[in-house]
Amino acid sequence: MTVLLEETVPGGGHASLIVKRGQSLCITDIRGGANVSVMMVNAAEKSERLNLPDSLKCQHTAKLTTGHCLYSDMGRVLAAIVADTCGWHDSIGGVSNAQEVFERYGAGRYQELRNGFYRNGTDNLLVEMSKWGLDVSDLLMTLNLFSRIDVTSDGALAFVPGNSKAGDYVELYAPMNTLVVLTAIQHPLDPHPEYSPKPVKLELKESHPEVAEICRTACEENVRGFINTERFFL
Amino acid sequence: MTQALTVSEKHPESAVYRETLAAGEPWLHEVKAGQTLRIVDLEGNQAVDTLFYSLHDPRERFDPQRTLRRQQSLYLTSGSVLYSNLGNPMLTIVADTCGRHDTLGGACAQESNTVRYALEKRYMHSCRDNFLRACAHDGRLAKRDIGANVNFFMNVPVTAEGGLTFEDGISAPGKYVELRAEMDVIVLISNCPQLNNPCNAYNPTPAELIIWN
Repeated sequence: MTVLLEETVPGGGHASLIVKRGQSLCITDIRGGANVSVMMVNAAEKSERLNLPDSLKCQHTAKLTTGHCLYSDMGRVLAAIVADTCGWHDSIGGVSNAQEVFERYGAGRYQELRNGFYRNGTDNLLVEMSKWGLDVSDLLMTLNLFSRIDVTSDGALAFVPGNSKAGDYVELYAPMNTLVVLTAIQHPLDPHPEYSPKPVKLELKESHPEVAEICRTACEENVRGFINTERFFL
Repeated sequence: MTQALTVSEKHPESAVYRETLAAGEPWLHEVKAGQTLRIVDLEGNQAVDTLFYSLHDPRERFDPQRTLRRQQSLYLTSGSVLYSNLGNPMLTIVADTCGRHDTLGGACAQESNTVRYALEKRYMHSCRDNFLRACAHDGRLAKRDIGANVNFFMNVPVTAEGGLTFEDGISAPGKYVELRAEMDVIVLISNCPQLNNPCNAYNPTPAELIIWN
């Protein structure tokens, strides 16, 4: 399908774009080991935001992969995961703030490192969200693409290294006009001792509702979620 | 499961506040730093959906993802510190006779009920309606302030394969959780009115709220 826009987000970078209804956003892990922290809102009504708890309980899942929908708090589908070669995206870890990055990697100021300075997911998303009139109140639970956190029976969390390989990609189809805000930044639970966020490629494509059938028909809940979404455009 | 249950030494007779919250009702109340809030599941397996905000800057609020990764564990119980989105400790769970509380399931809403159960379930009462009603009357909070909440007394385990299940049977009549406020907070509760989910045996019941200095 026609690629409308192609862009590389460097490790530590942040970006935002509206994925219009009927388009899809393909995100590729260029080198392997990337993590992309994501927040989404309805571009037309920004108080309607990605709601991970609703997404998880509606589909009885904690991980997100092909066939799953990302729900807003209004019962609509902001994005559907129509393709995924890595198999597991994390809903638990969230994004680090400046203090957590300092505690893990030490000091990394712009003064010495220029654009290689140590950024953090919270500030990156807040900066990008601010450009759309969103603020810290809108920074809810975030999705971490390409990362996997395992949970033991007693609840212990464990980061799984090597979840995403070079060339792995995830494709998000938008059944509504969805503002996607993202940053390519290390997962907060990634034990790697060095600050080394990996780059990702973004491709915005023309798409077609048929590609989302794998998600719409995955469960009865998603059939209803797509009905709610269609009703927004009546 | 091997939760360490922690019993409180506190007696309701010495409390400064005590109220029974009927099923399906909201509750918005301030708890000051150093005060202790006990939430009692009076009849068992009731979900008490709860949000916390800094009293002095409500933009600072409970952050479930930070809370989980700081404790490296998915479930809240005795010793869990509830962190804010600014990285500060808001409350600490100092007693817990239930043993496990959920942070992933969120609150029910009219809209999510249409997805989860049936489109015609839209008109049933929901936790988000309770949150919005309490916020609208209070004036300090609004829809934008409603993020992911704690579900006290709910058991929502994640499986090794990444599945999410709502399971029965952790809480029981009279079980409680006690939280010591580390900062002045606004506590916003919906005593969940969900009638479509077996986790509360389709029977929402009252909760008791007790505060000590």
